Amino acid sequence: MFKIKVPRYWRHKDFRYRLNAWKCNHCGETHFFKPLICRKCRSREFIQVSLPETGKLLAYTVVRSPPEGFELQSPYIIGFIELDDGTRILGQVTDCQPEELKQGMRVEATFRRIREDEEDKIIAYCYKFRPVI
Amino acid sequence: MSNKVYVAGVGLTKVDEHWWTSLEYLMTEASLKALDDAGVNKVDSIYVGSMLSPVLQEQGHLGALLAEELGLSSVPAIGVEAASASGAAAVYAGAREIESGRANAVLVVGVDKMSDGLAEEVTAAMMIGERQEYVGFIGATFYSLNALIYRLYMDKYNIDQEKIALFPVLCHEHAVNAPHAQYPFKIKLETVLNSPYVAEPLRRFETTAIADGAAALVLVNEETGKKLDSPKTELVIEAATDYLTPFQREDPLWFPAVQLSTSKALERAKLGRQDIKILETFDATSIMAILSLESSGFSERGKAWRLLEKGELSLSGSLPCNTFGGLKARGHPIGATSVYQIAELHLQITRRAGKNQVDNAVAGLAQSLGGIASTAFTTILREV
Repeated sequence: MFKIKVPRYWRHKDFRYRLNAWKCNHCGETHFFKPLICRKCRSREFIQVSLPETGKLLAYTVVRSPPEGFELQSPYIIGFIELDDGTRILGQVTDCQPEELKQGMRVEATFRRIREDEEDKIIAYCYKFRPVI
Repeated sequence: MSNKVYVAGVGLTKVDEHWWTSLEYLMTEASLKALDDAGVNKVDSIYVGSMLSPVLQEQGHLGALLAEELGLSSVPAIGVEAASASGAAAVYAGAREIESGRANAVLVVGVDKMSDGLAEEVTAAMMIGERQEYVGFIGATFYSLNALIYRLYMDKYNIDQEKIALFPVLCHEHAVNAPHAQYPFKIKLETVLNSPYVAEPLRRFETTAIADGAAALVLVNEETGKKLDSPKTELVIEAATDYLTPFQREDPLWFPAVQLSTSKALERAKLGRQDIKILETFDATSIMAILSLESSGFSERGKAWRLLEKGELSLSGSLPCNTFGGLKARGHPIGATSVYQIAELHLQITRRAGKNQVDNAVAGLAQSLGGIASTAFTTILREV
């Protein structure tokens, strides 16, 4: 697992903290990080958008064989979510046990700690999803 | 019109956990075997494919390193990388050099040595083939991404896991008599279905294990081939790419790069799917094999399991698949794997497959994937 280095981590916080993304002005493709050219239609015009914070769970799994840096969190849930505007996104699913999840159920984004760099004690945060209460 | 490319020699190390052997030693051993098999001493250039060595061994610059180990320093030698298809990327580079007429003979090697990393380190290292800032960052792993696809597939086609979990059973059957296989023994379907989850629904026996290995090919042009006594096959290789994250694609259950590289390769070889007599598919997981069979058009969508159930993919079936055990049982030393696949087709077509020899093996096709089909190479070998 790569070390958390502040500049590298910080430059993507707009997406990871607030689900702010970019939509192609021409074809509507969502890009999570600021693009130069659309991967789908090659247009170069984008508008910044805030993605919806709710959606439905299309599929989920449990990481039982974690990568370096996530050993203490395992097992944890990875979900494939369709947000209410149709954007599809991967994220951890939290605040629940896997048995409580059902495909198609409503989930909402929440702001959580994702990992701590053991050596430098830098804490990284990211969106996660949880069942809508 | 480009020059034809021939495989004139192959060299394989046994896939294993080689605790006493280094990365350098493995790739040199495979290279020497291939050079000896071809009966050549020198080559015009060298390409080395590896995915994990910059992370696990912190070793790059494999081109010059291998040239030195082989006593061939001064020969142009370059490392190439395309995730788990790195070996095929090396073959692609070597083949293009022969086709262009710039080289008469090229050595192509694939290598990786996973036993130098702890399980967590290897799991993390595998993510260099995905988007780290997005997918790696949230703690997703290669197997968890496969698991999501697996779930979507079973839901869409309403297929039980036991249909798909037959794939590793087939692979182990084929590995029994393969001298270079990591796991040359049979397993039962129940063993697969009772093995623990890596990421549900994906089970341990539907994935591959820590493996070390190196495989090498000597590629030559027609003129050089005529001067060599070794058995030869003709090689065509094509490639295509796709988004790194399958979940940003329109349909995560379809591999457009596989479809595209398959049709390009068949077209260039002037062959139809019915002419392909053996198949090496990329079973990094059981579900990836299934999706590769479907995306390449060797099965209808949602029906690849039927080929398994009817025995079509067995050594005596209509389309023998993974004839030395595939990634599951021959083993999957990542960057080396696609070179093993191509070398195994060569052994089959040149009638040197021993107890695994398939009748009528006149043409074969290998599918080599980087990531979840973010890169797809399709290689066709045929009798000459």
